[in-house]
Amino acid sequence: MRRRTAVLASLGISVLPASALAAAPSLDAAVRVWAGEATPRDGRVTLAIAELVENGNAVPVTVRVDSPMTAEAHVTEIALFNERNPQRDVVRFHLGLANGRAEVSTRIRLATSQQLVALARMNDGSVWQHRVAVLVTLAACVEG
Amino acid sequence: MATRALIHLPDTVPRGSVVEIRTTLAHPMETGHRRDAGGALRPRDIATRFECRLDQTLIFAADLYPAIAANPYLAFTLRADRAGTLHFLWEGDNGFRHEERRPLALA
Repeated sequence: MRRRTAVLASLGISVLPASALAAAPSLDAAVRVWAGEATPRDGRVTLAIAELVENGNAVPVTVRVDSPMTAEAHVTEIALFNERNPQRDVVRFHLGLANGRAEVSTRIRLATSQQLVALARMNDGSVWQHRVAVLVTLAACVEG
Repeated sequence: MATRALIHLPDTVPRGSVVEIRTTLAHPMETGHRRDAGGALRPRDIATRFECRLDQTLIFAADLYPAIAANPYLAFTLRADRAGTLHFLWEGDNGFRHEERRPLALA
């Protein structure tokens, strides 16, 4: 196994150690921990990402939340989780009134085809989400 | 490796408008899960935290994990209510720390 791993690694192909898989919680479990007492509802969040990704090493993502960003109603946090990378967490953004608009972008790694979920926490404590399934044809070498 | 960050924002911003700020940090974001050609694990090296302040006020922050691509790119917005100095800070594994400053000028 070790030699096969080395051979695959030398070819630029990544192999996931079984220990890494066993250690990671499920996507739903990670979302529950982040959401706390709130139950995520569908809507208000848009996770913009290509549905077919040719290269998982740097995949552009944008998360937009439908919010006026006023003192009465604004986004306080946006989180992004994945289903099948070695770790469920991708990124957490901390926002507030000063941002004026609830829109953030970054570039992420995707180890394989999987589900992604973007969640937004509002100042009233409610949590909203958008789930997207992404097909990856060339995976990122995020794992061993 | 010399550290370098790119920050894009307009030279002047109309007062009260919402402006997009785009940042890129030169950083490998080594996951700690990859092996080199000899089979040895490459040690983890992740930029884990980004903060942007207008003068002393924190206006945006991000916690980054290994699923963020190398040379982490972050774009966010700011409502330009007052001029000041924008302070950008990245921190990470192995004591990593990088700071930049840019003026926020209102038209």
